[in-house]
Amino acid sequence: MAERMGFFTDTSICIGCKACEVACKEWNQLPDDGFLFQATSYDNTVALGASTWRHVAFIEQQPVWTPEGETGDPLRIGPDGRWLMSSDVCKHCTHAGCLDVCPTGALFRTEFDTVVVQPDICNGCGYCVPACPFGVIDRREDDGRAWKCTMCYDRQRGGLEPACAKACPTDSIQFGPLDELRERAAGRVAALHAEGRTEARLYGESPGDGVGGMGAFFLLLDEPEVYGLPPDPVVPTRDLPAMWRWAGAAALTMVGAVAVSFLGAAVGSGGGSGRSAGSSGSRAFEQVRGVRGVLVRGVRRFGGFGGSPPAGWLPMRRFQGRGR
Amino acid sequence: MTRRSRERATTSGTPSGTVSGVGTVSVAGTVSGVAGTVGGMVSGTGPETVPEAEFRSYYGHPVIKRPIWHVPHMPLYLYLGGLSGASSLTAVLAGLTGRHRLARAARITAALGASTGSAFLIAELGRPARFLNMLRVFKPTSPMSVGSWILAAQGGLSAAAAVSDVTGILPAVGDAAALATVVTGPLTATYTAVLVADTAVPAWHAGYRELPFLFAGSALASAGAAGMLATPRAEAGPARAVALLGAAVETAAATLLEQRLGLVGEPYRQGRAGLLLRAARALTAGGGLLTLLAGRSRVATAASGLALTAGALCTRFGVLEAGRASAADPKYTVVPQRERVETAGPASVPGR
Repeated sequence: MAERMGFFTDTSICIGCKACEVACKEWNQLPDDGFLFQATSYDNTVALGASTWRHVAFIEQQPVWTPEGETGDPLRIGPDGRWLMSSDVCKHCTHAGCLDVCPTGALFRTEFDTVVVQPDICNGCGYCVPACPFGVIDRREDDGRAWKCTMCYDRQRGGLEPACAKACPTDSIQFGPLDELRERAAGRVAALHAEGRTEARLYGESPGDGVGGMGAFFLLLDEPEVYGLPPDPVVPTRDLPAMWRWAGAAALTMVGAVAVSFLGAAVGSGGGSGRSAGSSGSRAFEQVRGVRGVLVRGVRRFGGFGGSPPAGWLPMRRFQGRGR
Repeated sequence: MTRRSRERATTSGTPSGTVSGVGTVSVAGTVSGVAGTVGGMVSGTGPETVPEAEFRSYYGHPVIKRPIWHVPHMPLYLYLGGLSGASSLTAVLAGLTGRHRLARAARITAALGASTGSAFLIAELGRPARFLNMLRVFKPTSPMSVGSWILAAQGGLSAAAAVSDVTGILPAVGDAAALATVVTGPLTATYTAVLVADTAVPAWHAGYRELPFLFAGSALASAGAAGMLATPRAEAGPARAVALLGAAVETAAATLLEQRLGLVGEPYRQGRAGLLLRAARALTAGGGLLTLLAGRSRVATAASGLALTAGALCTRFGVLEAGRASAADPKYTVVPQRERVETAGPASVPGR
């Protein structure tokens, strides 16, 4: 197994040129994503998707006016306002929701510890789409399969860095062994803090977070949700054992409810008028009916509950003539 | 600061934050007053069952992708899978108690439910021709993989049980298959709750305790209703009891789901999902109560069976709709996570 490779996206030096978006589209031959005009900012791509594997977020912030009539700046935006730009990408999580839930094995973990969809296996079930806590992977509707960033698996196998990192003119996108990137990122945050830019923080670098650390992590200058990232993502499968326990309890409840329904009817119906002309009863079933007769007698002693008598269902001959 | 931004800020600084228009900070008013074009997002406004949650986002765009499962395929499958699973149980108990007409009707219902449900599932795939890839692996971490195997077993067993019963061929094999559905049936009806809960969709994930019971109740009500409608009244007593118990479980679980989850449960109470689930509750409760009269009247049987079926369908469509609404609004993703970070510290994945 090769070393775990990753991306460190330092948004403090992103200039929003979108070379990464273009390089990604070119290399991976991705279709267009709609040529939409959002009219909210210089970002018209909006989000990552099946055909958008790098997405540059653009956020324009103005200083804040507090109700007290003072100009406050709790978000440290600065007097002139600021632009935040950030190139988002698949996080290649340690505990990847998409990979966990994929029922076909189309999603797999590569020798670089990245998460990749095999297009020849994916049958487009769509489960990975809502399973991703970041909203990264999506199904291409005209194609029917799920697609997302592969961290340029093909280029990596050929010893090249991913197209986006290669194209980034400011080295905002850095590619390399994840351990090295984490060290470099810690140094960068320390340097920014030393310059007084205490709003700088890392996102996704900790192996202890809800997805076990991200293979692609970020240096951000504001809260993650401002960039469209979840503030505290958790892989949905973390709670899977508990989910199955509750489902098991519900399944047992079903069995119990149906059993009670039949026992109740048996008790309520009393003797009945004898056995119906049974045809499908095999030997095994006949034996179980004997057990049922004992149960019925027991429950009837406690009163049972009402119901209309079914026409001749009672199979036990020795009960005949003993009815109400 | 320009006059414009001051006005904006003043607007969004109002305590309840009804229409902030532009960005607002503060979860439940903890950092109120901080507003501006930050992130340029719009805070949601809805009926005030829960205090207005203020939060930041990227221009109000959703954080997660909404489930892409289609209507009517996915909710119809949920209904049919439940119907099949609970009908299998009914068939077994009816067989054991010598109610052959109920047993036969339930066996046929179980087989039809599983097979048509599977057809809807396959049609739902982006690449239907590759549906067998589902059985390429068995993956315990994927409820859909586990569910595919459960459904395959349930489909095969229920079909064998029904065909044997109708044709009279190999009755022992048919009975053995029917007995085996005691395991696969309830799992078919409840695994779907794990399927939807094991996603990042907040309303689904947070409901992982209630959803299995909602689906179990709905399945029992569906199967009870089908049994009542397909069997002579004299023999359908247990089917009515199944329907009644199912309606009670479904109603109780839906009530818990809507009430217990707080902000994250809002999509179950509002909009289209709220409408569907309210309709489901009325139909299920009405149909459930009618089962008490259904033993005496054909009309009451028909009304009860149809109301319960419609209620179960509304439940399934409502749950999908709530999931979609929950994914579409970043509020449901951001606010609970932000609260968690600020009160309990960031999440982790223990033991993995």
